[in-house]
Amino acid sequence: MQKLARQVLQNNIRAIAKAISLVENGVETRKKETLIDTLHTHCGHGITWGITGPPGAGKSSLLDRLIEQLRHDNKKIAVIAVDPSSPFTGGAILGDRLRMQKHATDDSVFIRSMASRGHLGGVAGATGDAIKIFDAAGYDHIIIETIGVGQTEIDVMELSDIVLLVLVPGLGDEIQALKAGVMEIGDIFIINKKDIDGADRLRTEVEYVLNLKNNGENRSQHPVIMTSATLNEGVDEAYSVIQSYHQVLVENGELAIKRKERIEKELKHIAATKIKESVDKFLNIDDRLDRWIEEVFQKKVSPYKLLNKKIGEFLQEIDWK
Amino acid sequence: MPKDKRFQDQLKKWEASTLKKVTDKFPERKPDFSTGSWLPAERVALPEKEDYQSYMENLGFPGEYPFTRGVQPTMYRGRFWTMRQYAGFGTAEESNERYKYLLDQGQTGLSIAFDLPTQIGYDSDDPHAEGEVGKVGVAIDTMKDMEILFDGIPMDKVSTSMTINAPAAVLMAMYIAVAEKQGAPRSSLTGTIQNDILKEYMARGTYIFPPKPSLRLITNIFEYCSAEIPKWNTISISGYHIREAGSTAVQEIAFTLADGIEYVKAALKAGLDIDSFAGRLSFFFNSHNDLLEEVAKFRAARRIWAKIMKKKFNAQKPKSIMLRFHTQTGGSTLTAQQPDNNIVRVAIQTLAAVLGGTQSLHTNSRDEALGLPTEESVRIALRTQQIVAHESGITNTIDPLAGSYFVENLTDKIEEKVWKYLNKIEDLGGMVHAIENGYVQKEIQDAAYRYQREIENSDRIVVGVNKFTIRDEPPGDILKVNPKLQDVQIHKLAKIKNERNNEIVPKRLSELRNAAKDPDKNLMPFILDAVKEYASLGEICNILREEFGEYQESIVL
Amino acid sequence: MIKKIRILIAKPGLDGHDRGAKYVARALKDAGYEVIYTGIRQTPEAIVKTAIQEDVDFVGLSLLSGAHNELFPKVVDLLREKEAADIVVFGGGVIPDSDIPSLKEKGIRAVFTPGAPIKDIINFIESVK
Repeated sequence: MQKLARQVLQNNIRAIAKAISLVENGVETRKKETLIDTLHTHCGHGITWGITGPPGAGKSSLLDRLIEQLRHDNKKIAVIAVDPSSPFTGGAILGDRLRMQKHATDDSVFIRSMASRGHLGGVAGATGDAIKIFDAAGYDHIIIETIGVGQTEIDVMELSDIVLLVLVPGLGDEIQALKAGVMEIGDIFIINKKDIDGADRLRTEVEYVLNLKNNGENRSQHPVIMTSATLNEGVDEAYSVIQSYHQVLVENGELAIKRKERIEKELKHIAATKIKESVDKFLNIDDRLDRWIEEVFQKKVSPYKLLNKKIGEFLQEIDWK
Repeated sequence: MPKDKRFQDQLKKWEASTLKKVTDKFPERKPDFSTGSWLPAERVALPEKEDYQSYMENLGFPGEYPFTRGVQPTMYRGRFWTMRQYAGFGTAEESNERYKYLLDQGQTGLSIAFDLPTQIGYDSDDPHAEGEVGKVGVAIDTMKDMEILFDGIPMDKVSTSMTINAPAAVLMAMYIAVAEKQGAPRSSLTGTIQNDILKEYMARGTYIFPPKPSLRLITNIFEYCSAEIPKWNTISISGYHIREAGSTAVQEIAFTLADGIEYVKAALKAGLDIDSFAGRLSFFFNSHNDLLEEVAKFRAARRIWAKIMKKKFNAQKPKSIMLRFHTQTGGSTLTAQQPDNNIVRVAIQTLAAVLGGTQSLHTNSRDEALGLPTEESVRIALRTQQIVAHESGITNTIDPLAGSYFVENLTDKIEEKVWKYLNKIEDLGGMVHAIENGYVQKEIQDAAYRYQREIENSDRIVVGVNKFTIRDEPPGDILKVNPKLQDVQIHKLAKIKNERNNEIVPKRLSELRNAAKDPDKNLMPFILDAVKEYASLGEICNILREEFGEYQESIVL
Repeated sequence: MIKKIRILIAKPGLDGHDRGAKYVARALKDAGYEVIYTGIRQTPEAIVKTAIQEDVDFVGLSLLSGAHNELFPKVVDLLREKEAADIVVFGGGVIPDSDIPSLKEKGIRAVFTPGAPIKDIINFIESVK
């Protein structure tokens, strides 16, 4: 077995960290695939949650409190905290872990910050593989904290068993968020900072929208919980709701459906990526692209005619490994 | 002479009332004040042709609402500001020696710097204290250290300022207990404790507990002191550290006054009467190199606070309405390069503070960007104040820059910007929420970032740093703290813990714990009882940590 | 995709003067690095665990209280203990010139004192990465 994979399975912290860098950097493709292939059979035990919501909603602080609850139950926890990369410089400040830093010396809590590196959708491109690494390494709960920019956070839904949507009164854009369809992402709704004016009104609005949404749907009810992460109020309730929500998902078979949906997306994604990579490689052999551009430009051939003819050769030439 | 006769009438009225009340009790330093050419230095110069109405609204007379021109009717013609050098390092014995030296050199008040473990409520033997004992101030573990610190210093005579926040109640209790032991009556004790937790969350970082229990401790101190040691300033609401963290002058004033508003609200909510505590609120600001903006800043601060206290909180007593403040020159303006240049910076900043009407002043030493100041550096810093006081002439007349078009316009502009911030913070649900969601920190960071970028790009010149530099500077002479000091302090603590009455200490601590559980109880008497038995700072703070929890930093980069 | 340089900016000890640390964090981000910031009052143990979990290439320590002689070397030692000696440690803050040689001897690869321009730090990172 690959040494790195073996060390990951032994929960070697340095190896896990290196493995995540490997999938994140995406430079050594072969090594990465071998790693994930090896880990694959060891996955499936961990529960994946996503925490999403607008910036300033208190996602990290709430997560910090939830980790306390999980540790109380002696669970092993991995957190993947995603922050945006600057589109101009590629740099990033990864500051989410700051609010969870009191768990830094706890051997059962692994916090990893990831920069989005140009990936849209609220998470990083390698988040899916990073989840697998933690899952195989034996973490009971793998929690993804998204960037939190609103409507574009759909990806977290495709990676998580349960999504917590954290909302907060006073940001002024609550209603917009509700209209814009962010509500579709959440399984469990958390109104944080419940001590601020407007928290009750926000709750009423959320419940109203949920009622509209649930009409005619047979999904389990979406709970709405009020918390204050800073005062540490309502967090225990949130935790027990998450637990029972998960229980229901297991019992009614929805978890398996979700996970199969996830695999479907993953397969399509890998297929598309691989084909795209091969296309790029194929097009760049012997300056053929330049020649074709010239031919099309000179009106010697039309694009469809050219490619329909070439597509046969194209598929045969690809080295799928 | 002002043309508008009403100025003359008002001046006479002021002289006969506000001024006379003070001069009857405290005559001015000299019968006559004059300039270098022996021209008379007017006590308070008045405008020639200004609109009387707007003058009275915006400036008024010294010692009268809105206090723009100063809080006392004689200002430095009566007596100079208190020259108070912040000092303290190593053990209580070493600091005690430095204090005696400073008093000997003509300093008029003490200002105690505590080391970081003390400021965060850890004993010297706590693992968190490793490497930090005695480094930035004196280490205080038990009342014993406080006894040594004030050995031979009469506590009923000297006014003492203590830079302590999260565990302010504990150090205050130790101070009271030691004074009692010296035989100084409580009513004779004068001084200030910083006791300002909100700025710790946003700028300085020596917090322990979350905001709610912290505010309770602060109001407990207000309540206890107003009854027991009425001459003590129970809080020093500090913009100094906000500025050090990189804020602008406007932000310094805005966030400090917003903190002040939060404390007043907390005290009112606890049932205190506004005029019972507001007169003991004091402020603490920074003084930077931008001389005229700094002067305008101090003047604007007084005017805004007066409006807040009068209009928002309905305070009645003039003392409750006036903003009194301590100033320290800007630590972050000092450069490690060519450190002697810092003497000049400090002199400019001293001028700003005095022209701005400060009540007390600490001048930084030239070598503070390198490490702890030497005795010689501390003396030069103190001499700088003495030169401004005795030689510059700016102390002979009150608020000399009043009426300058530039200064008055800037004062107005600063006030306007500050109100904008205060309203924004109100919209966010008050200062506690504005800090918890990182708004204030972000504002400060953005200003700090911009400032530093300007220096990096040489859009802003710092002499000796990005211009007029010299190669291979000779190393400066700096003071080093004995690295063995931690062991000495740990040993001392162990000895005290061994010798004290170890039956009564746990009893006192458990009484404190029970009191902490009841939010209606004032914790001061319980803390006082515990420190008298030599319960340590760490023991007391740990009890409170268990009951109150600990604050978690929240910043947005 | 390319390998990104990851840097941990950490504040050991008890001092809360984070202006410099935050400035460096932000400036390094603007220079294109991925920067993780721990916040104030971190123990050497927490810093080292964080550095390993985050798989950083550099750890930058900022300290203004004077405890650098005790705390900086401790971070280096712990990294060594955890077989992560390949992570490069540098430091900054109010550090007297006379302390720098012994810090370097103990494995702190570079020390930046007040007034050091950010490009010095960037040059250092680029020279060892």
